[in-house]
Amino acid sequence: MASIWQYANPRKFIETTDRILPWVAGSSLMALVVGLVWGFFFTPDDYRQGSTVKIIYLHVPSALMAINGWIMMLVASLIWIVRRHHVSALAARAAAPVGATMTVIALVTGAIWGQPMWGTWWAWDPRLTSFLILFLFYLGYMALWAAIENDDTAADLTSVLCLVGSVFAVLSRYAVNFWNQGLHQGASLSLDKEENVADVFYHPLLLCIAGFVLLFVALVFLRTQTEIRARRMRALLARERLG
Amino acid sequence: MIALLTRDLRLAVRAGGGFGLGLAFFLIVVTLVPFSVGPENMLLTKIAPGILWLGALLACLLSLDRIFALDWEDGSLDLLATSPLPMEALVSIKALAHWLTTGLPLVVATPVFALLLSLPEAGYFPLVLSLLLGTPALSVIGTFGAALTVGLKRGGLLLSLLVLPLYVPTLIFGAEMARRGAQGLDMTTAMMMLAGISFGVIALLPFASASVLRVNLR
Amino acid sequence: MELTVQDLSVTRGGVPVLEGVSFDVAAGEVLILRGPNGIGKTTLLRTVAGLQPPLSGHVGLEREAMAYAAHADGIKATLSVRENLAFWAAVFGTGDIASALTSFDLAALADRAAGGLSAGQKRRLGLARMVVTGRPVWVLDEPTVSLDTQAVALFAQAVRAHLAGGGLALMATHIDLGLDEARVLDVGPFKAKAPDLDDFDGAFL
Repeated sequence: MASIWQYANPRKFIETTDRILPWVAGSSLMALVVGLVWGFFFTPDDYRQGSTVKIIYLHVPSALMAINGWIMMLVASLIWIVRRHHVSALAARAAAPVGATMTVIALVTGAIWGQPMWGTWWAWDPRLTSFLILFLFYLGYMALWAAIENDDTAADLTSVLCLVGSVFAVLSRYAVNFWNQGLHQGASLSLDKEENVADVFYHPLLLCIAGFVLLFVALVFLRTQTEIRARRMRALLARERLG
Repeated sequence: MIALLTRDLRLAVRAGGGFGLGLAFFLIVVTLVPFSVGPENMLLTKIAPGILWLGALLACLLSLDRIFALDWEDGSLDLLATSPLPMEALVSIKALAHWLTTGLPLVVATPVFALLLSLPEAGYFPLVLSLLLGTPALSVIGTFGAALTVGLKRGGLLLSLLVLPLYVPTLIFGAEMARRGAQGLDMTTAMMMLAGISFGVIALLPFASASVLRVNLR
Repeated sequence: MELTVQDLSVTRGGVPVLEGVSFDVAAGEVLILRGPNGIGKTTLLRTVAGLQPPLSGHVGLEREAMAYAAHADGIKATLSVRENLAFWAAVFGTGDIASALTSFDLAALADRAAGGLSAGQKRRLGLARMVVTGRPVWVLDEPTVSLDTQAVALFAQAVRAHLAGGGLALMATHIDLGLDEARVLDVGPFKAKAPDLDDFDGAFL
């Protein structure tokens, strides 16, 4: 069995992801359609929150992916720093807009849910605030990528920013918790099943989460392919200019 | 190292160094606040610690791009990189010079500006202490941002976008400490956290700043 | 003291420009790099001086042995000539700036603000900095830009004094310095060829 690092070859990466991308995208679509339809139409209303509770099928998965997206970028950045595989840096770059979009979805669905529940679109609750800060980190990260012309320099700088940003993001989370104890309900899911949302909501929610994970993977694969091709094109143009 | 520090201080004080710009900016922010929120003393007293912290933070931000930009333009940075001075020491000295020329004057001037915003008497000591503990962190974090964006044309706006989210924990604990102090509440936790952040970034962040500066110089 | 460069490949903006560059310069020698604009002389000098990592290959001396000077002289306009030079002397841990001032005929200007100097005078100040570093290897990129004939002669003299003291120099320049002992290396033949596209991870370069 060859080493896992062979997939760090750009060509190999594109070949492999080309093969599995339709399956990932297809199963993502399946899971999302089934999960959302099941969740929206075939679960009872919550006795306190009514039907508004059903927005968790979008809110929880997108919030999870907003955080996991950043963690994936962190891992990819570390791989770039240690092993200097270009695909890894480009995957981190590709994941950023997807993660940022997930953050926006989480914030917007949260606002829509919060309005009838708390009577306000926005509250400076620790969780909401942390997500807003996370969104700012995504923005800064993407802006830095966009600002630097040399790809390797950009990869190095954004990797360090991602590392430092991660530390500060965690720090901000604690700071925000200290600053304001909030309204937000506790985690809806945990491995300890006793504390979970009721079973009827639980299964479609799991399906939706799986769908979002697969959707994220599919989008990141697709965007990484694009980044690889764009990078290759820039390299060829640079080579041509130099003659 | 001392030579670099004295040179930077000398450059800041001489004509065109921009020394005092941060202070002037801070004064303007403090002057504008009552215009925007109204002149009631009650309200000003309540928001004074927060406004003063935010003003100090923005004044600090204003001068960040000068930390490396001038040395980058005239080639000094390349020459310093080939000198016996380790890059980590270089960025630490730069941060220290920035603090001495921007942060420290802000700390010293804050009591005067606090008068303008009718800060309660009990609030002066906690406010000054919180700024004294917090502004070094602002300078060190800002130096990291400046090292990231050195060499970029029009990097100023990007620098703000990168640095401001990193300022969040410092601002929260710093302003919280000042606010609690002004209200006569216990401020030990906030003070410990603020000091922890400051010492943590002073000890660790120069390594990150040095590594990105090396990348930017190649 | 000998500067050995073996099989060095250098990149600019992620694209290889020169490859397989090898040469050595012994103490007391000066090597002049020649080649058309854009061939990669500056990149090569920066790599040798340790300012950027080589793509492959090896530079035989630590960067601690080198002093580097390029187009920008790192002169602060609001400091005097003496202060500028004294700063670099302090950074490099050497004290004496008087000999550097005289060898570039700057003694009369020592207390003038550097911002008021002419381009040629600034250049002389930049080159005087090389003397105060006390480093044995001088890496110079177009050192004679904006110098008049007299100043070029001063510079050649300074280089000779440096070589006589056991130092060595590597420079890129287009003009004749009157250094008869100088060896010349044309970097044209080292121009990088297109890389192997099946290279692991290297399909970008």
